[in-house]
Amino acid sequence: MQSLGAALAASALPRAARAQATGDVYVRGGGAFRPIVVSVSPLAGDTAGPNSITMVLTNDLSRSVFVQPVPGKPGQPDFAALKGSGAQFALAGAVTPAGGKLGAEFRLFDVNSGQQVAGQRYDTEASNARRVAHLLGDAVFTAVTGEKGFLDSRVVFVDETGPATKRVKRLAIMDQDGANVRYLTKGDELVVTPNFSQDAQEVTFMAYAGQKPAVYVLDVETGRREEVGNFPQMTFAPRFSPGGRKIAMSISAGETSSLFLMDLATRATTRLTNEQAIDTAPSFSPDGSKIVFESDRGGTQQLYVMSAAGGGATRITFGAGRYSTPAWSPKGDLIAFTRQGANGFGIGVMKPDGSGERILTEGFHNEGPTFAPNGLFVMYFSDPGGGGGAKIFMSDVLGRSRFAVPTPHYASDPSWGPLRK
Amino acid sequence: MMNMAAARGAKLGLALVAALSMAACARTANDLGGAGAGVAGAATPGSAQDFTANVGDRVFFSQDSTQLSGAATATLDKQAAWLQRYPNYSFTIEGHADERGTREYNFALGARRAAVTKQYLAARGIAASRMRTISYGKERPVATCNDESCWNQNRRAVTVLTGAGS
Repeated sequence: MQSLGAALAASALPRAARAQATGDVYVRGGGAFRPIVVSVSPLAGDTAGPNSITMVLTNDLSRSVFVQPVPGKPGQPDFAALKGSGAQFALAGAVTPAGGKLGAEFRLFDVNSGQQVAGQRYDTEASNARRVAHLLGDAVFTAVTGEKGFLDSRVVFVDETGPATKRVKRLAIMDQDGANVRYLTKGDELVVTPNFSQDAQEVTFMAYAGQKPAVYVLDVETGRREEVGNFPQMTFAPRFSPGGRKIAMSISAGETSSLFLMDLATRATTRLTNEQAIDTAPSFSPDGSKIVFESDRGGTQQLYVMSAAGGGATRITFGAGRYSTPAWSPKGDLIAFTRQGANGFGIGVMKPDGSGERILTEGFHNEGPTFAPNGLFVMYFSDPGGGGGAKIFMSDVLGRSRFAVPTPHYASDPSWGPLRK
Repeated sequence: MMNMAAARGAKLGLALVAALSMAACARTANDLGGAGAGVAGAATPGSAQDFTANVGDRVFFSQDSTQLSGAATATLDKQAAWLQRYPNYSFTIEGHADERGTREYNFALGARRAAVTKQYLAARGIAASRMRTISYGKERPVATCNDESCWNQNRRAVTVLTGAGS
């Protein structure tokens, strides 16, 4: 499975038999939807408390919606006892700390057959314990649902402190469960709308450095930062292309904001749209061939799809209200958006042709969805307005769940990065 | 709590009366520094306070609109006359939006409001070289409540004097 780099080595444990689940969550997402219950036995040798691998894993799975963890008895699963419990799968394993190092292994069993369906061993630094828990959770999620994992991933967001009239905004990065927050800017400049590359440890964002708002790229590991081009006008709403070699963004000129594409290597800048309109919030399809964006060219904000080379655009939203901040799922099957309508600001998803709209949450004021790396969840921020501030929430694409993501302060503009390598 | 607040208000009222009488005696604007619009009629002509208090440094917009109202053009006409009279000032026009819009759209909307304001002043004879524009979108509200009484203060274009005056 994941390539774990030098610091974290994983090896598959032999399977007693192939009983791989091949679930399709969309089928399961029908009216009779029930999460798949997994009995999780505390890992032998694990530490106690909320930072134990067992607890981090259980917290992960409890937010996964499609998988429901229930506490199991220590030791190997008692299949006879589990059969009547509703649990379809049982997880057991062990943690072996050894002098700053950590070994962890788990096996996942089908309760009915008693056969092993997945197994993995991880050897790493002890400081990677939470990552091991996320990797383990992803392995379980994939084995049970047949879908890719999403737990071993990070989110870039904007940390907000101070009064609303003088809000201090800092770029920050955290694990998807809110742990390990690290600040990427100091708060001496206004920073907004980060976009996390799906391919490199880079984030692009808009900052008011000096007096000119402009788009920047920052390497989250080295801290190296540079302005994307040097335009006299305001540049904003940057998004990486798949592959991370180009950035689509808006450039403001008078009353108009148009979309442009910049090649980060050559700095060549190509105009994508040319309307007397506000064209902004671009998002690439995962194959890089198309861009969905918002435009008020028809009078109010609506979503349009065009070739990634620019040119003619097709409107895809015709529902009640104004549509904005589109985000194309990394799976390619859905576009998430903000919808302003009679019920405030909702977050929804639709197919890329605009059909199948589903509102996941509504109220004042939800904004800015970003997809999990497996396309099954979105994070967005929700702001009660007035003098308060925003917090980040996570929902599944079926709209069955809404979890607050814990952050140290107010938080907005989440951008969900890829599975870690 | 209530009593303390009332007492503080009373003290402030007394202080303001004192400041006014001083101004009446000394006839200098310096005594009034920062006293606000209520008494700024005595601000030095041509000063930034004069511009803010006697001309009006901002115009307001309807929701999601960049249309200049009659009140807005009246203010901008006064701004243009003042800026003609004091030609050494350069200035920045800040465009702002209320919170009822998505962040990136509001950056573009604020830019539009600043651009419309700039075009109006240019049409009244102010050199484009004196003006720059910036949009803050919904990032810098001046009033924070959840109703129109705050939103209509936040949907604004503010003319901020930057260069040295005469």
